[in-house]
Amino acid sequence: MDAGSTDPGPFYLGAGESFVSDAQVRSDLEPALCAVVEHGLPLVIGTAGGAGARPHLDGLLAIVREIAARNALRFRMAIIPADVPEETVLDALREERIAPCGPAHELAEEQVRSCTRIVGQMGYEPLIAALEGGAQVVIAGRCCDAAIFAAEPIWRGFDAGLALHMGKILECGTLAARPAGANDVLVGTIGPDAFEVEPANPIRRCTPESVAAHSLYEQPDPNCFYEPEGMVDLSACEFEQVGERAVRVSGSRLVPAEEPTVKLEGARPCGFRTITVAGVRDPLIIERLGEIERSVRMAVADALAGTLAPEEFSVRFIRYGLDGVTGPLEASPEPLPREVGLVIDAIAPTQELADRVLKLARSTALHQHFDGRKTTAGNLAFPFSPSDFSGGPVYEFAVYHLMRVADPLALFPVGFEEVG
Amino acid sequence: MRLYDLATTIRSKNAGPFRLTIDLVLPDAETFARVLAAEGMRPEQIAALYHAPAGEVRVVPFERILTIKVTLPRAVSSGAPGDRDVYGCGQHFPLASTDV
Repeated sequence: MDAGSTDPGPFYLGAGESFVSDAQVRSDLEPALCAVVEHGLPLVIGTAGGAGARPHLDGLLAIVREIAARNALRFRMAIIPADVPEETVLDALREERIAPCGPAHELAEEQVRSCTRIVGQMGYEPLIAALEGGAQVVIAGRCCDAAIFAAEPIWRGFDAGLALHMGKILECGTLAARPAGANDVLVGTIGPDAFEVEPANPIRRCTPESVAAHSLYEQPDPNCFYEPEGMVDLSACEFEQVGERAVRVSGSRLVPAEEPTVKLEGARPCGFRTITVAGVRDPLIIERLGEIERSVRMAVADALAGTLAPEEFSVRFIRYGLDGVTGPLEASPEPLPREVGLVIDAIAPTQELADRVLKLARSTALHQHFDGRKTTAGNLAFPFSPSDFSGGPVYEFAVYHLMRVADPLALFPVGFEEVG
Repeated sequence: MRLYDLATTIRSKNAGPFRLTIDLVLPDAETFARVLAAEGMRPEQIAALYHAPAGEVRVVPFERILTIKVTLPRAVSSGAPGDRDVYGCGQHFPLASTDV
């Protein structure tokens, strides 16, 4: 099972919180855990708790132990943390073993130190070490998606290129089937020269196009993807329909890396957020929102002079209906919309200050005057009282980099526990 | 005709927190070839549209499934202060408005 991703943004890694509620994890996991123990099957869970750092791993382990106790389950469990110590990253940085992953910035020591925690994406080798050690259930921290599914077949001797490609497809479930589904599974069957994928749900089918198209998903290059162990080359892949609902895939090939690399992820705190939501109906206000936003910024900066320097906080308007999603990339619609949904977003060094900045921005925006204004009683329609919402800490990805390592296994120590 | 109207699927998503990837799936080989050759699909044009450095925009055709993949850096990384789209799912515009 793939339990995580960076998709929900940096908060979950930075704050050590789970993206999914404990109650939901419990109800999803209980039937699966009971079934694997009953049938003697392996269960590998990667990127525990959504971001795969120590607090996420501990949260999932508590749930696993609780389910095991309630159902009197006994099994050998492997636990693989994925946290990478700050000093390890700094050493690698000094030895020039770190490079940006894609368009990320060049890494600076200060950025490494600013992260609340850093995780590395493990490949299949630590998972195999866990299976080799006799674990029936493997609970891993941050993990490459494909490795979660590929580890067991590779351990059993199947080709790593095929197994990783199969894993890449299986990890998204029936997104590679038609109709596509986000909460449904594919069954993968691997052989010496090919693998087959087929939806478990009879209402769906895989086609060569649906499976080939999945290679595009969330990947910058459809012809290959990268794992710690090397590049999986898909350029010679063949996709062939088998029966009505299955597809056979062959030709995927692992080109081993000269030196293994581990992708690092780290999030650093950037202050605290408070927001408010309001509607705007008046056409003159909609037309002048840019000017109102500038006036509000100036008024807030004036009111906070001596308390907060302008670079210590931010206030922005997100204007749904005008340009909320694409911002400056697109011109405002013509004619202007009848209504605009406004989010005022304030970020400041503490929650108290963010609340204060937002309250100033909100009251200024409500009453801000401009030439020709007709709505002199107020500019904004607030749907709620209280109108303001404290959003908690804000993070950003400060580390998203590749680290060359001689022995990736050493970063991911495998521990064992007898449960029950 | 706009790319949005020509494509059977047009979607954007993060490819990691610093990068966006836009998939354009076209209905037939002729449309695929026409779109791929269009002025508006040149990396420099797309870079200008997204205020991105031209050298970092890639346009990769995937003919077998009549798909063109556009990959470009995000102006603000996913979920950082100032971001508007954490998952990157709404960033197929403005490209989708391009006339071909």
